[in-house]
Amino acid sequence: MTSDGKHSVRTQVLLWTAQRASAVVLAVCVLVHLATVIYAVRNGLSAAELLGRTRGSYGWLGFYAIFVAAVAVHAPIGLRSVLAETFNWRGTGLDITVMAMGLALAAWGLRAVYAVFI
Amino acid sequence: MKSDFRARSHPAYWAFAVHRLSGVLLALFLPLHFWALGQALHGEAGLDAFLRWSDQPLVKFAETALVLLLAAHLTGGLRLLALEFLAWRNWQKGLLAAAGGATLAVGLLFLLNL
Repeated sequence: MTSDGKHSVRTQVLLWTAQRASAVVLAVCVLVHLATVIYAVRNGLSAAELLGRTRGSYGWLGFYAIFVAAVAVHAPIGLRSVLAETFNWRGTGLDITVMAMGLALAAWGLRAVYAVFI
Repeated sequence: MKSDFRARSHPAYWAFAVHRLSGVLLALFLPLHFWALGQALHGEAGLDAFLRWSDQPLVKFAETALVLLLAAHLTGGLRLLALEFLAWRNWQKGLLAAAGGATLAVGLLFLLNL
């Protein structure tokens, strides 16, 4: 096997592991999120109720920061597989694109977490 | 081709398709979700303005679809984790039914609370 081949295998193993590890974290986060959403909509959504729960709460801040971090890892790796298989797209261009997606999701997500905390 | 048709008529193919489609749609929705929550940076009124807009029936319908997509991706993902990490391969069809049932239950719970 060439050094490129070894690199590729190592990358695939790393991506597979990151995808599964983030999936386990997300399973817990999504269960909590769905339960919260179903509870929150029972009397109609309001900013006062939503922000009353999250503003100044370090517990929700930590939870949503972990949620966003796991999403920022999980979603780009999943999209990478879809893009590679659907459009037969491989190589550095694909890696840079999905890396940018992950960074953008992390930045937007953490901005949203900050917005409901302050 | 015949083999393609047979593969696509298998329930596991549909589980794969639903998992993939729900994942792509959820990934596309995430920036909008983050933008909406970011309205809180403009104060409670900023977020409330968006929430009042989201009271429209069509938006409620879309929200229900998103909850179903999230539940489907969650249960489909749990099924995949179980298949990969636990020796449950004989239960594959049972897991598919459980994933589908749990997805519908979450959607129904959301609708009943809406």
